[in-house]
Amino acid sequence: MNTLQSGRPSGRRMERREFLKFSIAASGGLLIGLQLPGASMAAFAEEQSGMGFMPNAFVRIGTDDRITVIVNHSEMGQGVYTSLPMLLADELDGDWNKVGYESAPVDAKYNHPIFGMQITGGSSSVYSGFEQFRNAGAAARAMLIAAAAQQWKVDPASLRTESGAVVDGANRKLSYGQLAKAAAKMTPPAQVTLKDPKAFKLIGKATKRLDTPEKINGKAVFGIDVKNPGMLTAVVARAPVFGAKVKSFDDSHARSMPGVRKIVAVPSGVAVVADTFWQAKVARDAVRIDWDEGEMSTFSTTQMMQQFREQAKTPGKSVRTVGDPDAGLAKAAQKIEAVYEVPYLSHLMMEPLNCAVDLRADSCEIWTGTQFQTVDRAAAAKVAGLPNEKVQIHTTFLGGGFGRRATPQSDFVVEAVHVAKAAGAPVKVVWTREDDMQGGWYRPAFLHAIVGGVDANGNAVSWRSRLVGQSIMAGTMFEAMMMKGKNYDPASVEGVDDLPYEIPNLAVESHDAKNGVPVQWWRSVGHSHTGFATECFVDELAALGHKDPYEFRRGLLTKHPRHLGVLDLAAQKAGWGKPLPKGRGRGIAVHFAFESYNAQVAEASVTDGKIRVHRIVSVVDCGRYVNPGIIAAQLEGGAIFAASAALHQELTFEKGRLQQTNFHTFPVMRMNECPEIETHIVESNAKSGGIGEPGVPCTAPAIANAVFAVTGKRIRKLPMRMTEAV
Amino acid sequence: MISFSVNRRPVKLDVDPSTPLLWVLRDNLALTGTKFGCGMAQCGACTVHIDGEAVRSCVAAVSRAEGKEVTTIEGLSADLSHPLQRAWIAEDVPQCGYCQSGQLMSAAVLLREKPRPTDEDIDQAMTGNICRCGTYPRIRKAIHRAAEMMSAGGAK
Repeated sequence: MNTLQSGRPSGRRMERREFLKFSIAASGGLLIGLQLPGASMAAFAEEQSGMGFMPNAFVRIGTDDRITVIVNHSEMGQGVYTSLPMLLADELDGDWNKVGYESAPVDAKYNHPIFGMQITGGSSSVYSGFEQFRNAGAAARAMLIAAAAQQWKVDPASLRTESGAVVDGANRKLSYGQLAKAAAKMTPPAQVTLKDPKAFKLIGKATKRLDTPEKINGKAVFGIDVKNPGMLTAVVARAPVFGAKVKSFDDSHARSMPGVRKIVAVPSGVAVVADTFWQAKVARDAVRIDWDEGEMSTFSTTQMMQQFREQAKTPGKSVRTVGDPDAGLAKAAQKIEAVYEVPYLSHLMMEPLNCAVDLRADSCEIWTGTQFQTVDRAAAAKVAGLPNEKVQIHTTFLGGGFGRRATPQSDFVVEAVHVAKAAGAPVKVVWTREDDMQGGWYRPAFLHAIVGGVDANGNAVSWRSRLVGQSIMAGTMFEAMMMKGKNYDPASVEGVDDLPYEIPNLAVESHDAKNGVPVQWWRSVGHSHTGFATECFVDELAALGHKDPYEFRRGLLTKHPRHLGVLDLAAQKAGWGKPLPKGRGRGIAVHFAFESYNAQVAEASVTDGKIRVHRIVSVVDCGRYVNPGIIAAQLEGGAIFAASAALHQELTFEKGRLQQTNFHTFPVMRMNECPEIETHIVESNAKSGGIGEPGVPCTAPAIANAVFAVTGKRIRKLPMRMTEAV
Repeated sequence: MISFSVNRRPVKLDVDPSTPLLWVLRDNLALTGTKFGCGMAQCGACTVHIDGEAVRSCVAAVSRAEGKEVTTIEGLSADLSHPLQRAWIAEDVPQCGYCQSGQLMSAAVLLREKPRPTDEDIDQAMTGNICRCGTYPRIRKAIHRAAEMMSAGGAK
């Protein structure tokens, strides 16, 4: 089978794949059987009863001509329930109007072809599924042709397919539905021939999302909407400080409140189980808990950032060295030092975390919106005391993910199984917004101390980046392999370790900070801060040498045609160099992440210390693409997600307690401040790259650089505050 | 006992009258299209209509609905025929989709009050509805499109 992994260019990616495979083997019990109960077996039974045809794990064709694509990636807004079916349907020559989708059960055959487990992340769904879904469609098509050839007693090679039917030279037609039963008896082909891209009917064309109708009439089922007969709802009182343990609790008042069925201690706190959410929530708030707060009870982010600043004064672990950065700096005509700081951030999905569990003596069924099925299932099985194959996860729609629902510790799933176990009843655990925000697994806070210099002609001659922040991988099942041969976390430095700028002397150093705040990947992971720090600093170097920031970048990217491609198109579409209304400035940024290139130009103004973003032009080169409509939506959404963080968001701790609780203290960009956003795609035949995350990193630096253009002041700390600009 | 009407169907319920309408809709009436986002009228995901007015049902006690007509996303149209739903499809608005029920219910009141809203009207009416996926530019376009469809087709 022709898969993308063999040809992937990035050494780092191959490593990540290797480490994931290793960690699956190492953690035991995660390797799962090929034939397991779940939707695929249900489909198999359906096939046996003559209802249709399931040629492989990814597609089912009904006698009613309906084509159901089984999608092994979670739909969290990024459009995989449309783009992956497009890949399959194009090779199948299916009738797009008959195509539907279904979420895959947990099963090894739905493993991510690169990561070796069922996972949605790394902006990889489309590029990892590119050949997989096409192959599945082509195989089904071959079997349908074989069935028609047998029926008509002709050579299969004399037949063609169009829009859900097999057609012969005399224009006789058999629809896929008519052929479904006979096709089920055909042998799957050992090899398939894929279409010449010129023959694509769907791939590369803007195609409306299949899931829109059920998302605008209230029918789409998210995890929080799951309600099975007899299912109760639980709300959990969790620790006010990370790592705190329950010493004792008094539930005497709560126990007698209406609807309350049970109040139980679980490892994460105290769970109140009731008939409805509101009953559980009100009673949860009435439980009085005495906590042993532990080490984190004195934790303060103010102090932590001070420590980060101290740490940054000493050399870190070497990540990358080119030339002699110290000598380069010593010879520089002008030098500049800058410290960039970014805070902890919450993913803040619109749908707060939740998980429904029906635990029986010999089975455990879970309904939740997760990005991490294989890991969650193994973690749930451990708590349930069942073998993995007795645990099934039904993946619902995700009301946003952004990385939070891919938790190596499976916190929200593990907790729900504990609650179901203690409650002795099917139960759905629902988190309030406050619970969700205070529940941890944040984007880590980071500090970048950068020093650089230019020569007398304003050319960059040296650059040293020193990073301080918490490792995402440390302490997880991914640590051993991820850090193998390295004494730093690659996820901390991604985006600066491969800084593309052609500077003769360059050093990247990393300090790992340690504390008890649980951290995790947040849309664009390390790039969310490395993009900001590097693209602001290159702008500062340009200004130091009195160069135009766009031309300065161009001069440092002579061997990077795809960076240049997006940078040039963004500058052109944004009207770089052309006059702007008074009081507005433009800023530019370019960054490579998740196998795609993005450049953005932002227009901003500052009035009474308030930054207003008026326009963002975002250009991507993501190689060969599937659905340009979804790509545009992801670029728009990526910019807004990033601008929310850049302008407004910060999590802070005092005495171990998070100071933010809900949208009023951790604001999200709203309609009234949303800029005009224009998106463009650079046409490319290169291998597909990601799209969910690549549109995030450039937004903050493009805005910060626009603020400099209009005010002469540099923003070096997020969220942006003019009072802190220098 | 509290009596009111939901999507033109009468209901009679024995619930604590201080319970937020949101949870009565979701847990007692199984109308889960209306979403929980914040619990403090910050995000708009729970927006429904009480006698045609947009209400954040997460902070509205169910007693407020007594004797009134409640409309939820399930009642916006029976068949996706509301001009806003048609415009939402045409502009490919939703991403994760979680906030869209609330967005549509807010937009429906806006269009009833201002059949040809300006961008400023849209800002004013829609700023209470958060979308974390960032569908705002498409929501804006879809509202304008729905307004055009309504004035062209004379739809109600």
